[in-house]
Amino acid sequence: MPNIGSYEERLKDFQWSAAERELGIEPGRPLNIGWHCSDRICEMGKGDNTALIWEGLGGVQKQFTFDGVRLASNTIGRFLLDLGLGPEDRVCLFMDKVPELYLGVLGILKIGAIGQPLFSAFGDESLYIRLENAGTKAIITQRKHAPKVRKILDKLPRLEHIIVVDYDGKAPLQRKEIAFSLEKSAPVEDLEIHPTEAESPSLLHYTSGTTGLPKGVKHVHYSIVSQYLTAKWVHDLRDEDIYWCTADPGWVTGTSYGIIGPWSLGVTQTVLDGGFSAEAWYKFIEKHKITVWYSAPTAIRSLMKAGENLVKKHDLSSLRLLTSVGEPLNAEAVIWSEKVFGKAFLDTYFQTETGSIMITNFPGMKIKPGSMGKPFPGITAAILDPKTYEPYPETGRIGLIGIKPGWPAMMRTYWNNEETYQKKFRNGWYMTGDRASLDKEGYYWFVGRDDDIINTGGHLVSPFEVESVLLEHPAIAESAVVSKPDPINMEVVKAFVSLKAGFKPSPELDLEIMNFIRKKLSPLAMPQEIAFVDSLPKTRSGKIMRRILKAKEWGEEIGDTSTLEDD
Amino acid sequence: MADDLKNVILNYVVAEYLEEGADPIGFDTPLISGGIVDSFSMVSLKRFLENQYKISIPDDDATPEAFDTVEKIADLVQRFTRA
Repeated sequence: MPNIGSYEERLKDFQWSAAERELGIEPGRPLNIGWHCSDRICEMGKGDNTALIWEGLGGVQKQFTFDGVRLASNTIGRFLLDLGLGPEDRVCLFMDKVPELYLGVLGILKIGAIGQPLFSAFGDESLYIRLENAGTKAIITQRKHAPKVRKILDKLPRLEHIIVVDYDGKAPLQRKEIAFSLEKSAPVEDLEIHPTEAESPSLLHYTSGTTGLPKGVKHVHYSIVSQYLTAKWVHDLRDEDIYWCTADPGWVTGTSYGIIGPWSLGVTQTVLDGGFSAEAWYKFIEKHKITVWYSAPTAIRSLMKAGENLVKKHDLSSLRLLTSVGEPLNAEAVIWSEKVFGKAFLDTYFQTETGSIMITNFPGMKIKPGSMGKPFPGITAAILDPKTYEPYPETGRIGLIGIKPGWPAMMRTYWNNEETYQKKFRNGWYMTGDRASLDKEGYYWFVGRDDDIINTGGHLVSPFEVESVLLEHPAIAESAVVSKPDPINMEVVKAFVSLKAGFKPSPELDLEIMNFIRKKLSPLAMPQEIAFVDSLPKTRSGKIMRRILKAKEWGEEIGDTSTLEDD
Repeated sequence: MADDLKNVILNYVVAEYLEEGADPIGFDTPLISGGIVDSFSMVSLKRFLENQYKISIPDDDATPEAFDTVEKIADLVQRFTRA
């Protein structure tokens, strides 16, 4: 019997307060995710249980018990306090998936500071925008990523400390840099946990917007209530599980379900710090006898491409539950996983802003391949009419996914951008920006975004951000960026550019532009295709009409072109 | 010839994908599974090879496994140069 028991029964008398009680949360008492995910688990008698099995390049392995996590996060917390950092200071984590990233999140939260995890593949421009917006005071990073921070340091007067976790003494530390070694530091047994409250800020995750700069999504410590219960009921986590969430904590899945969910339940989790390789992934599952595996459609489609024979070479019989997130999981992938693993991947749906799973397939529930599933108990979702923002009275119509605000993990605002936050609500609904339909049995079916945001491999990329950086390239006069279909990543970035006088299209320039974006922004934002054009379609007022370019890429109707600029 | 090819690829990877001061890499260093080149960046590496050697590598052959080391990439390039 899965942890959720009967979905229908759970809907009848659902109260978030039941999860609060399980977590020992009492109104008016301090609530700290860092403490809940380590000290509390030790107090429950699970201190000797394995919390983290980490594997790096060449099979190097490190393990931490929950008591080890408690001590390590205390030690990191103490180091930060000694630097003068404290409540609500923004501390960025800019690292590969090394243990210090996971332990550092808890250490930051324990001292009441706000963790700002950022994807380590971000280029200096992406990094600068996010650090500047958050007014980040310290960044914890690795030697290999420190040069990106150095490049932008002069533009970040509020950044006081660059903490290098793997300093080897070979080259001198530079301005504002300080070394920290978890292994060489004396473990801190007692750290006074900052008495954060339910509404105290915890994490700041950045997400892309259609227009304007990335937005810092502010979460609070109370989010643990949603993350705990969804990890328990959707991922069905139990004491004996070995869980693997493949997401990077630079993205919300990596913190909600790669740190807080499993550790609030006292469950062992594994981390593979390396790039994607089907062979390496199967070996990892086999070696660590992983039981619950949370991955992404892009990875699943890459595994499909690698073939069934590779699966047969490995003993994957430990797997008992497979879940997926990031973008809609196509029916073929669900059917394939059932065939080769004997289990269908359960698709889950949420966003950086929602902080926890909103609509999902549950263990034990009838799976309709390609469907998003049903709303989590306590979540009121609807398909809204885009004109009135009222729920459609009938099923089968495509509209906007709206969710009634009020679940524990919901974002509290966008950092320094309350105005944009308020625009996310219409007629009392939180607007996800996604389109879907609802069938007669209450299953949701994803259709696509309601804006120009590109979802590539489960990560959102802002066309505006890419277009802006393209214009910084000396050869480019104008740019427009849209999504194009991709069999593995669902969508990838395609750029249309017109060149300045004196520049001509060439394969070399094409590659130069790709690398320019990759280094400035990130590999995700790098156009996988660049079309050199003489001019871009514009309205008579001069606005570039992305939708025409996008419609052509997707083979859709171009629609109304009456405002198109005359040739 | 084979070593020349490997050196060109290695130098390009070092120049384009490694940060200044990063640990040195060799012909057999895992690039994709080692997290040095991610699957998105692989597209730009493929484009470089196609431009440099005037070849076309089909997407089905451009797998993370085939791009995992300089050694393997050189094998792939040689296969399509001969083709």
